[in-house]
Amino acid sequence: MSSSSVPSSDAARDFLAEAEEIVEELSTQLADLADMAEKGAWEPDLLNAIFRGAHSLKGLAGMFGFGMIAEVAHHAENLLDWLRMGKVSLSTAVLELLFSSAELLTTLLRACVDGTLEQHQAAATAHAAAITAYLNPVTPVAEAPLLEQLGLSESLMGALTEYEEHRLKENCSKGRHIYVVHASFELTTFDQGLSQVTDILKGCGEVISTLPSVGENLETHIDFDLLVGSDRDEHAFAELLKDLDVTILVAGGTTAANQPETAIPGTEAAKPAETVAAVLEKTAIPVALPVSEAVPASPEEPLTAKSMSRTVRVDIGKLDELMNIVGELVLAHSSISSIANRMRAEGFSRMAIDLGKAAKGLERRLTDLQKGVMDIRMIPVGQLYEKMSRIVRKISREQGKKIELKMYGAETELDKLIVEDIADPLMHIIRNAIDHGIESPERRLAAGKDERGTVRLSSFQKGNHVVIEVEDDGGGIDIQKIKQKALSKGLVQDINGMTDREALDLIFLPGFSTADKITDVSGRGVGMDVVRNNIAAVSGMVDIDTRLGQGSRFTIVLPITLAIIKALIIFCAGRTYAIPITSVVESIILEPSDIKTVEGKEVINLREQTLALLRLERLFKIDRIGINPGDQYVVIVGSAEKRLGIVVDDLLGQQDIVIKPLGAAFKSLRGISGAADLGDQRTILVMDAGGIIAETMRGGGA
Amino acid sequence: MKSFTILIVDDSAAMRSLLVSTLETLGNLSIVQAPNGFEALRMLPREQVDLVLTDINMPDINGLELLSFIRNNPIYKDVPVVVISTEGSRKDIEKGLSLGANEYLVKPFQPEQLLEIVKRFL
Repeated sequence: MSSSSVPSSDAARDFLAEAEEIVEELSTQLADLADMAEKGAWEPDLLNAIFRGAHSLKGLAGMFGFGMIAEVAHHAENLLDWLRMGKVSLSTAVLELLFSSAELLTTLLRACVDGTLEQHQAAATAHAAAITAYLNPVTPVAEAPLLEQLGLSESLMGALTEYEEHRLKENCSKGRHIYVVHASFELTTFDQGLSQVTDILKGCGEVISTLPSVGENLETHIDFDLLVGSDRDEHAFAELLKDLDVTILVAGGTTAANQPETAIPGTEAAKPAETVAAVLEKTAIPVALPVSEAVPASPEEPLTAKSMSRTVRVDIGKLDELMNIVGELVLAHSSISSIANRMRAEGFSRMAIDLGKAAKGLERRLTDLQKGVMDIRMIPVGQLYEKMSRIVRKISREQGKKIELKMYGAETELDKLIVEDIADPLMHIIRNAIDHGIESPERRLAAGKDERGTVRLSSFQKGNHVVIEVEDDGGGIDIQKIKQKALSKGLVQDINGMTDREALDLIFLPGFSTADKITDVSGRGVGMDVVRNNIAAVSGMVDIDTRLGQGSRFTIVLPITLAIIKALIIFCAGRTYAIPITSVVESIILEPSDIKTVEGKEVINLREQTLALLRLERLFKIDRIGINPGDQYVVIVGSAEKRLGIVVDDLLGQQDIVIKPLGAAFKSLRGISGAADLGDQRTILVMDAGGIIAETMRGGGA
Repeated sequence: MKSFTILIVDDSAAMRSLLVSTLETLGNLSIVQAPNGFEALRMLPREQVDLVLTDINMPDINGLELLSFIRNNPIYKDVPVVVISTEGSRKDIEKGLSLGANEYLVKPFQPEQLLEIVKRFL
């Protein structure tokens, strides 16, 4: 397949990053197109943008030696080209074919990363065949209207691409008026002026082509000819642009500049075949119709040479490196501070004070630097929303359910890595909500609900963490059914006396699935246990709330960033640990007399509620002999509904920590999510509160 | 002495960096890049461009429109332009040649093909 040599890994990375972006964009646009098609009309611009995506991908993949991807993109591009050229119509089957192209491309890009591309050859071949089957024009393409009679200038016509020519013909045959809007802008600020004009024009028709041209002041100005198709007659059209410094040419019109009143608004363009002769007889040269006196371009516009694209793409690894350096700087700073303190203690007061001041200044700058680097990593969760809305549209189409996805808080920011890692669990939760939660339209109507189900996706920042909620108005989770299922699967021995909350938690056990039949949607071998583990892997927690007949809500609580998190540093049985502050609810002093024992487990009563206690030395099997704990504390971790009190010997305070993974050898270690440097040459373990709670509830820990 | 300046116009960053890394093997070149036709129009007066390599299929202002502008502008009309597009956009490439493109390249091409063409203009 691939003819050229294997590209260097850098180049391949460039390619993959961009290709992934293109395919993602493609899928979003396809979903939009499907939506529009459902309503009966779609934007040619949108279809062309999709075409361009496939086209770019083909070119890119070809250049970088990914022949199979180029091939698949090529077939998709062909189909899209036929579509945009009007040679095939946009049917459901064609849409499905396009969706499957996008999916296949996503799969192939992933396979590039895994090095398993060759395994997909059969799928690529099948894809090509499926598309080729569609590329047989049944009806000959309708005779295109003659464009010559429009009298457009040679330079304008000469620069039209094949597609633009097609759009021009389309506009003519739809009876639209064709105008050429000429505008002149200062060279330094032309993009703003042009986009202002373009926006107005797009509001009343289609901008077929934007041709930069040469005006009178070619040293300082740049001119543009915009070829526009619009339903508005020339008076309405001129009225619309009257505040702009533009000249309008009516293509194929008979209007004379001095008698605009008598013009018969562009009927020539409407019925070209009948009027060819007439137009040719009169004049083939378009007549300029000035609409407004020239208004001087606003002189106060500052000169700008800045680029229109203001973003850089950076590998997140580089940001991690930066973050590590910042972390090390923080450590270096604390040694400087302690030197300053020691100097002061030894009496070098003047220099010690100066050094102390310098260290303070350094600290402030370091804080800014740290914040700056963290900001770079932050992206709005809205990027996830786009993916989710695509999935919702896809699943609801597949399942014949009507679903409205409401999204709130798209601007909430999260660490890029967390956003990536949370995508799959979130997708699974949403799939579940649609598959198991939302009922079929018939059942919804029977239950007195709107036949259209609603899935609410909302995100917001809450203190140091970000909360993402997925709420559906479906049937809710049948707790009795869950209990029975868990019993029949042997996941639990006894369901008597089990609270609803405990029962709901069974969903997160490995090997649990409530669906009576495994559907294509949720039954992909991924259980809720994986969802919870994936969320815990980014120090997050997930919780369920449900009401039978009314719906369910999944709440995911995440730290804003993993790069640096605030943690409570605790001391227990001679060891120091960090607990991410996101999981800490509160800390209290433990009164030994408050401890009661229920079913062999230690609990205390906290504000009328029973709180189970966990002794770390038991969880981690540490020998406490010879260590007298003295006063102890309880650190309450978890969320409002699911809490656990961890008994510790001392609270050492809060600190920013950078969590480092422990490596594969410790992967199976329960209750620990990583390690962190404390800055004084000590490395401590970071506790995974969510995991510890799960473990304890399962009867493991205490 | 001013070094030879090449303007690369392509909306794909990966494509641009591929072109740049290929061209860099020629040595003493100054390479400027534009991610779209707009940016190219901005760069023309700023940089003394000796050669333009442009993709055709770009949003807003495409390669043909850029080419037409260059050929019609007395200041830039003699700047050589190479249009780049894929097989299948042959008609657009032909149009480019009739608009005054000096050369064309069909994607995918080998680095040597690009170098051979560019060397003719150095």
